[in-house]
Amino acid sequence: MNLFEQQAANRHRTWLVMALFIAFFAIVGAGVDLFILGGGQGYFPVATLLALAFGGGRAWWSLRFGDRAVLGSAEAQPLEECLSRATDDDARLRYRQFQNVVEEMAIAAGIPAPAPYVIPDDDPNAFATGRDPAHASIAVTEGLLRTLNREELQGVVAHEMGHVRNLDIRLMMVVAALVGGILLLADWSTRAMRFGGGRVRVRRDRDSGAVGLVVLIVWLVAIVLAPLIGQLLALAVSRRREYQADATGAELTRNPLALANALEKIDDAVAPTTTIKRGTAHLCIADPLGKKVNDTESVWANLWATHPPMAQRIAALKEMALVH
Amino acid sequence: MAGIVLIVIIVLIGIWLIGMYNRLVGLRNQTQNGWRQIDVQLKRRHDLIPNLVETVKGAMEFEKGTLTAVMDARAKAMGAAGPADASRKEGELSQALGRLLAVAENYPQLKSNENVKMLQEELSATENKIGFARQFYNDIATKFNIACQSFPSNLFASAFGFTAAELFQIQDDADRQVPKVDLSLGKS
Repeated sequence: MNLFEQQAANRHRTWLVMALFIAFFAIVGAGVDLFILGGGQGYFPVATLLALAFGGGRAWWSLRFGDRAVLGSAEAQPLEECLSRATDDDARLRYRQFQNVVEEMAIAAGIPAPAPYVIPDDDPNAFATGRDPAHASIAVTEGLLRTLNREELQGVVAHEMGHVRNLDIRLMMVVAALVGGILLLADWSTRAMRFGGGRVRVRRDRDSGAVGLVVLIVWLVAIVLAPLIGQLLALAVSRRREYQADATGAELTRNPLALANALEKIDDAVAPTTTIKRGTAHLCIADPLGKKVNDTESVWANLWATHPPMAQRIAALKEMALVH
Repeated sequence: MAGIVLIVIIVLIGIWLIGMYNRLVGLRNQTQNGWRQIDVQLKRRHDLIPNLVETVKGAMEFEKGTLTAVMDARAKAMGAAGPADASRKEGELSQALGRLLAVAENYPQLKSNENVKMLQEELSATENKIGFARQFYNDIATKFNIACQSFPSNLFASAFGFTAAELFQIQDDADRQVPKVDLSLGKS
């Protein structure tokens, strides 16, 4: 896939995810209309319309402000604030170096420089987010800035710049913002079902019948499976992208070994990145939750890991270094 | 029937021509933009050098020759005429700077000076930006040249006034060695 195809595919998938999200809300709303509020003749589908409006609004919000939500949940702070707050010279030098590296890689990628952010966490990790290259942000942890040397930092930032340029950030941001919404909804609906449980059977009269029963089952399944589907979606979108971003990073720096070294150092840091929450794990360069499934290559592990095995990514990069 | 087919073919060719023209214009603009980006970074390097020389002058009393070599190379590079000339003179400036930074390594009071460290970081960042700007320019100019020269767009490229862009080439072997700037800053 070339760059243009990747961008187009990411745009399409973003719309698809948002459409699925809205459709899911519509189904839940229709279920409420049919079984709880009663769907007789001339009944106005309040719940369906409300659910559609909420789902659509939420999808729009995730595209427009998802990056702020993601950065906020990781407690990321703008680099300028960190720079003005920093008192010791070494820290100032580290921040300035990060800023320079972001500018360098933006030049190499031929895109505007993304806004740099710093996450106050000692575990090395990094992610990029935003709706397009002109509205992108790159966040790294304090631990990353301390652990890596300049070349390795360049490799990591180049990897993130790959996500920015390929428009991975848009899809991953929307998924992050929407999966959070689905998890929230699943909580609500279980409470609502418990509350309205008695009325479900009463309302299933002649005009709904067998068809109504099928819709009820689909509705229940949707609510039960929602968190699972959301989670799997989040996992599926991120793994292949990591290899691609690694390759783009190597292409930008012409130095695949630096990124390979950086990944080794990140992998060696055992502590999980505590400030990065479950919903944003798939955005990061390395799995912040430190899950063991990322280290094996079975079908089951493939389904659940947000990232490809680190050993394979490093091996792929070292191979690139041999070819160059 | 034959008339309709003819019209369809002419319309299709027209659409193809428009698409090709727009693609060439887009690539040419990106190429020119890439070229300007190099200039921006070169200018920034010229601005940074006097600061560096001023900061290290006191400690490097005995290295007057190295310092004046850098300032001379800077003056020459700023007065360069044309891309080929600029490319050669900027290369010489890079080498003079590399020597200065290498010599500065021998002065412990410089190595631990925060201002010098910051300036070194700024300078090596600018060196990198120049390098990456050239890399981007070469990549995009190559794409533009391929579009200009490959069949069938080459039949129209010259008619529309598109000429292949000149690529950056490394002048000599000494230039291939990028000046090594130590940025380990005491950590491993």
